[in-house]
Parts: sequence; structure tokens; C-alpha cells
Amino acid sequence: MRLRAHHTSVLPKFPVGSLSVTYSAAAQPQHQARRTPLTHVHEQLGATLTDFAGWLMPLRYGSETAEHNAVRTAAGLFDLSHMGELSVTGPGAAAALDYALVGALSALRPGRARYTMICADDGGVIDDLIVYRLADAEYLIVANAANAPVVCRALEERAAGYDATVTDRTADYALIALQGPRAARILARLTDTDLTEIKYYASYRAEVGGKPVLLARTGYTGEDGFELYVAPEDAEYLWTTLAEAGSGDGLVPAGLAARDTLRLEAGMPLYGNELSRDVTPYDAGLGWVVKLDKESDFVGKAALAARAGATAQRQLVGLTCRTRRVPRHGYDILWDGSVCGSVTSGARSPTLGVPIAMAYVRPDVAAETGTAAAPEGTGLAVDVRGQPEPATLVPLPFYRRPS
Amino acid sequence: MTVPAELYYTPEHEWVSISGAIASVGITDHAQKALGDVVFVSVPASGTRVTAGEPCGEVESTKSVSDLYSPVDGEVTEVNQEIDDDPGLVNSDPYGAGWLFRVRVDEYDDDVPPGLLSAAEYGALTKEEEE
Repeated sequence: MRLRAHHTSVLPKFPVGSLSVTYSAAAQPQHQARRTPLTHVHEQLGATLTDFAGWLMPLRYGSETAEHNAVRTAAGLFDLSHMGELSVTGPGAAAALDYALVGALSALRPGRARYTMICADDGGVIDDLIVYRLADAEYLIVANAANAPVVCRALEERAAGYDATVTDRTADYALIALQGPRAARILARLTDTDLTEIKYYASYRAEVGGKPVLLARTGYTGEDGFELYVAPEDAEYLWTTLAEAGSGDGLVPAGLAARDTLRLEAGMPLYGNELSRDVTPYDAGLGWVVKLDKESDFVGKAALAARAGATAQRQLVGLTCRTRRVPRHGYDILWDGSVCGSVTSGARSPTLGVPIAMAYVRPDVAAETGTAAAPEGTGLAVDVRGQPEPATLVPLPFYRRPS
Repeated sequence: MTVPAELYYTPEHEWVSISGAIASVGITDHAQKALGDVVFVSVPASGTRVTAGEPCGEVESTKSVSDLYSPVDGEVTEVNQEIDDDPGLVNSDPYGAGWLFRVRVDEYDDDVPPGLLSAAEYGALTKEEEE
């Protein structure tokens, strides 16, 4: 068996070659990969580690499917310390972010968080971000690991005319996510903070296991859960303490492979797959993040306003396959045999038991929904290595947690 | 990593068990660990002619897809139907319940079909790759 290398972006881009390339690359990551404060904990747990965006990260600890299912039914513990944390502080911080980002961050109340994006002049997405307003004049911006340096530079440039300071604080934080329906129950054992007071997309300075943390009810799995921004020196203690507190509830450590299938089922975009410099937020169905009516000008406004009023060139859709071969990133989408789009992310859905994918397709194809009964050789299909596999458009997300 | 002594191997990380004229084929423990959870396997149907070193199927895991190569010349006599319902058998029992297909091997001159590795040779190969 030889590797034919169809990786989504949570995996390093291995050279195409024999299977052994995968294994040795995973076992012997490039020496310059950065370690998080928890990397040696993952090594002790026997994790398969991989170089992801220049960081040595756990891909899986055992079965990634079991990790995925644990997060859906119980809880999972993730090390996300590779994510970039940037602080923007000062009296002009709110105004600087209103100009730098597509959202209205001055309207964000302290203690709340928002999903937003930073775009280029042409409206292309530089990164998607979570912005926490910690105080009137203090924001914490969380960027994707691969984009953090670019985002930091762009913020510095865009904040230059404002009374605001941008600081890369990635090395000052370890980030631990506790995700799943039992996350709140587990966390409640370790904190006096009333977790019912922490709403979705809120943050709170709290003590967990006696350590100070920035506790946020955010996540990337489609489940309830928390993200804990902690001092690097407290990371191992908190990881171990959380793992012990949740062991009776089925809490397991979960790696990047599970995180990718969890977010895909939840219909959440991944930068490098659904989002890139070549797409606008509108293409991705996320036009609501762009606040064209905010008072200030902002980078990308003219292009985004034009795009908002124009006919879409492509649309992000969800699809399920009717056979078992898995659509993967970059595969063509066919409509009556002609290419009409491309898969951005695909996997066998552990929850649904069928292959699922997100894809950009032509809007006229996206408007077609009655493809299920299309005769053979027509309708929607994914070109899976030369063989058209019938597919069906479905609304996103693929999975919504029971309320 | 387990490498059972009684089996033969290929550099493509497949194992072969020879019983008379019939060869059973699967992927090794090393391979299943490197792939992660197997989600779908396609193998040649019974009656298909296969040629040593030629692709004859695919193994899909969560994160990758890999070609299967036939380790021998011959005709497929049986495929493991259980794998269709539960591809995870390839991970949980790669040398047992996770076998993939059986081939009636064409006649060959030596004690074993040509080109196969012993357990010691395969163990050395994977050790080399890990180092």
C-alpha cells in the first residue's frame, strides 16, 4: 500500500510517496517545529504528533473516531496552544479594530466575544478571528496559527494612526479547550464561578483548580464547551486536573484529526479550506460578519460593499455522498458531468456514518435541490479520483447539537 | 508494532499468509497505525485477476487514501465481507479479522511467491523508516 496523499489542512503536506513517509514524518517532526507547554504531556500519552502550521501538535491519541464520538456524547480535552493570541490595548483600541476588521468591535461589550474576519483591500479573507473584549481598552484577538504573523503585521499597520498598541502574546498563553455536553459539569467541579452565568461567546476571568484563567464559552466542535486561556506554567497542572475531574464522565484527550471532523460536521469553516485570500466572507455564506453600516471606514469596505450587491460567483454548500468513497479537499464537483465547483473539506462523518463535504459550487447548481432522483449519469457528483460518485446537496450544518 | 513471524510482507506494508495455493492479504500493524482509523476499503471482487505490484484497491482513512497493491499473481477467490460493515477491523485486528482478500496464487518456483519479505526483513524495513 502506498500513500496517495489527499490531506486536508490539519495535516502537514507530506510529499507524495510511500506510506512510510507519513509515518516517519509523524514520528520525527521537523526539528524546528515549536512545542507547546503541553507537548511532552501528549508524548507521555502516546499521541501521534504532527507538524501543523509550524507547531508540533497531537493529531490523535488513539482512535480519532473514538475521540470525535467522545466529544459528541461526553467531553474532549484539546491543546490549542498553537493558536495566535494578539492583544490590542489603549484608548484607541476599539476605533483601531473597527477600522482593521470587518466587524463593529467598538459595539462589543466587555466580557463578550465575537467571530469576525480581517480582510484585504480587495475583500479577500486574511483570517477569521475570535475577538474578546476584556475591558474597555483591552481586546484579545485569536488568530489561526498559520496566519498569526500576517494578522499581527496587518493589525500593526492598520492601528498605526490610532492610540492603540498591538502585541503578539502567543507565547504568553496556553489554550486548553474542554468541549462536549458534559464540559460544564466537569468544569463546575474545579471552579466557584457560576458557569450558568457564562453565556455562549462570553468570557470571564475565573479561577479553575486554583489557577487564574480567562474562561470563555467558545469552541469549534458544534458542542457546548469552554476555552481556557492560561499561563504556560499552569498548563500541565490544569490539563491533568481537568483530565482527572472528567475521567468518570468519559472525558478523553482529543487531537486535531477529531477537531477537523467535529468542525466539519458543525459546518464551521477552516481557513485554508473554506476561507482564503481568494474568497470574500459573502462567498462563504458568512456575509453577516461584515458590518457595512458601521460608522467608521474599514479596510476592504469598498470591495465588500460591491460584492454584497453583486451576483454571487460561487456559493458554499454542504453535500453528502450516496456511496462510501470520501470526497476530499480539491476534488471536482460535477453537474451533469461538467465541473461546477470544488470540494473544500470532506470526511466520513463519524456521527452520520456517511461521507460529507463542504464545497464551492456555481450558484445555479446550489439552487438545484431535487438531485436525489436524478437519473444515472446526471445530477450532482463528486469526481473521486476519476470516478463520479453521486452526491446530494444538504443544508449546513450537517450536525446540530440537541438543544 | 507487531510483525508476526509466520507471515510474509511487502515493502508496501501488506502482509501475506500462504496456505497451500491460497494467499490471504491484509495491511500491517505499522500501516494501520500510520493511517489512523480506516473508514472504507475497496478490494477486487472474487474472480478478478491480480498482478503482483499492481494497484488492486484502496484503503481510505480519516485523513488519507492509499492504494492497495496485490502482493502476488493470481485470481481473487474471496473477499472479507465483514470489512464492508466494519472497516475498523483493519485497525483493531489487522492480522486477523481485518484480513482483506484471498488469492489463488499462480504456480511459482520457489518455496514462496517471489518478491515477498520475511518478518525479519520487513521489521528491519519499518525500523529503518522510523529512524
